Amino acid sequence: MGSLVLMIIGLAMFAAGYFVYSKYLARRVFQLDSSFKTPAHELNDGVDYVPTNKFILWGHHFTSVAGAAPIVGPAIAVIWGWLPALLWVTIGTVFFAGMHDLGALWASLRNKGKSIGALSGRYIGKRGANLFLVVIFLLLLMVIAAFAVVIKNLLISTPTAVIPTWGAIIVALLVGVAVYRMRWPLIPVTVVGVVALYALIVLGDSMPVVLPESFLGMSPATVWILALFIYGAIASLLPVWVLLQPRDYINGVQLFVGLILLFGAVLIGALFSANPPDIVAPMFNTNLPEGTPSMIPLLFVTIACGAISGFHGMVSSGTTSKQIDKETDARFVGYFGAVGEGMLSLGTILAVIGGFQSVAEWESIYSEFGAGGVTAFVQGGGALMENGLGLPASLSATVLATMAVLFAATTMDTGMRLLRFIVQEIGDAFKVKITKFPATAVVVIVGLGLTFSQGLGGEGGLRIWPLFGTTNQLMASLTLSIIAVMLIRKRRNPLPALIPLVLVFVLSFWAAIEQLFSFTAAGNEDWLLFALDVIIIIASVWVAVEAVMAMRRAAKAPPEDEHDDVALVATRENV
Amino acid sequence: MTAGTRAQRREDRSRRWAAFRDGLHEFYVGPYRQTLLREQRDEDDLFMIVVLGEALGVPDPAAYYSAGLLPAVWADFHSWHKRIGIPASPLDHIACC
Repeated sequence: MGSLVLMIIGLAMFAAGYFVYSKYLARRVFQLDSSFKTPAHELNDGVDYVPTNKFILWGHHFTSVAGAAPIVGPAIAVIWGWLPALLWVTIGTVFFAGMHDLGALWASLRNKGKSIGALSGRYIGKRGANLFLVVIFLLLLMVIAAFAVVIKNLLISTPTAVIPTWGAIIVALLVGVAVYRMRWPLIPVTVVGVVALYALIVLGDSMPVVLPESFLGMSPATVWILALFIYGAIASLLPVWVLLQPRDYINGVQLFVGLILLFGAVLIGALFSANPPDIVAPMFNTNLPEGTPSMIPLLFVTIACGAISGFHGMVSSGTTSKQIDKETDARFVGYFGAVGEGMLSLGTILAVIGGFQSVAEWESIYSEFGAGGVTAFVQGGGALMENGLGLPASLSATVLATMAVLFAATTMDTGMRLLRFIVQEIGDAFKVKITKFPATAVVVIVGLGLTFSQGLGGEGGLRIWPLFGTTNQLMASLTLSIIAVMLIRKRRNPLPALIPLVLVFVLSFWAAIEQLFSFTAAGNEDWLLFALDVIIIIASVWVAVEAVMAMRRAAKAPPEDEHDDVALVATRENV
Repeated sequence: MTAGTRAQRREDRSRRWAAFRDGLHEFYVGPYRQTLLREQRDEDDLFMIVVLGEALGVPDPAAYYSAGLLPAVWADFHSWHKRIGIPASPLDHIACC
């Protein structure tokens, strides 16, 4: 019963956030105007700028921002007990993520659909824009290394997910060929694709694939990581229609199916099961395993996506803002997109606290910081689904493991493609033309180097997860400071942006400093992470100073006229 | 139930079905629209160069056949030469601008 109560409280918080707070933001703070000519209409080119139906756009936005991070973060953070994680996910989604995503969308809409990087150039200064490239490079590098390890762990702990994971690639290839080469209609192809994916899950469940202890002298962990990087390199080099596009699409459909299954299982299990799921995890964990860092500030960077994430700002301002039909749609797409991800995190929390039989079993999984993670999500969620929907536990676990792997893999191959572009851009800056094959080779070598930096088991990949959180939160601060500067310039209430900005900044800065000491601890030195952390800390200070200066300038400057944005659009049209 | 309302319901249903189909299609192509159009454009550029090779002064053993394809590229010729950075038509016999 406890799980159901938490689920209802969480969903009610999200609903209140959407119906009350986001309405306040949309009307009073951002003053969304349905007559404002959005970039999609103003610059409509049928390519980047296309007015899109708000429900479809929400689907795109949601599936782009929901990777493996809203699963990994909460599944690790529950180690401090379920209440802190639940509070941070719900309050974070309502007051931090929703505000941040909607704000980023609004800021970009009012600036011809420009990305946060370009906006930081306009509102904070050129140095802010350069900093952005450094942060984005680090963020993508961490994503590919960490997700390779997450997938490797899942493939080893849930061998039944091996066949559906790799089989999904074949399904995606066939879907791509069916739609683009054979010109088959999409609906039947979708149905057959999703059914084939679930058939592979059933097949995989009866045929687990376990690699031999030593293959060509390598452990299974090493083999999987190498295979994933080779796959990622190939996927990022192929034309997008062949693999990436159908894969993202099938994953998007599967995400909705997965969410319905998870919440449905909690609901049905609590109402109809003879053995309703109970919360076994402690509300506050007083029996923390040795080596667990302090909850404050680490909780706030461990759960990044699902509470507040800078990556969302990149998606909001990068592609979503160019497709908004009416400015008022931003509330649904931006704010409700964040709520969607909050729901995924809430589902994860329910799975990892309610799916176990006893406290002892829960503690044996959370025996070390970072040990719970996705494995706990798969096991706990599997048990919840068995109880609620009557699916066999191993099959349910395979479903969830496949879901988590597919999310992580799509993020990983997209990350590799983007990183390749950045390597090529850096080459351009030094007047060296780097073609796509050498650029991909650089990405693979750097990524593998980071993953294997602490041993051939890929220990380096997950060690950087907290650094991913800090970097991500730093990006969120950058976006929030742009929103705050814009609000100050317009003489509107900047507090909804300033309060999250200060909190997120202070907590992530604190976490970065704390980690810096942990990397130099005697016997546990880690100079690579130390160096990365130093870069992050310098970047944070830099952002803070620049942002404060920009805000002071904005406060001193004469107030921006309410119609300035519209005037900006009009002049451009005259040109 | 009259035939009129039945027909109207059928029409309503088919309209809703079509909207669903379009929505699903948009969900499929939307995120990659830009990349796909860019790839399409690159392919079209290659085709344009192959067809116009002889006219641009590149000896082409298959010119006899590719000349037959010239009418297929006329419509896009102007926007193509503008885009690749040639302000006026590079071909004497085509005065498109």
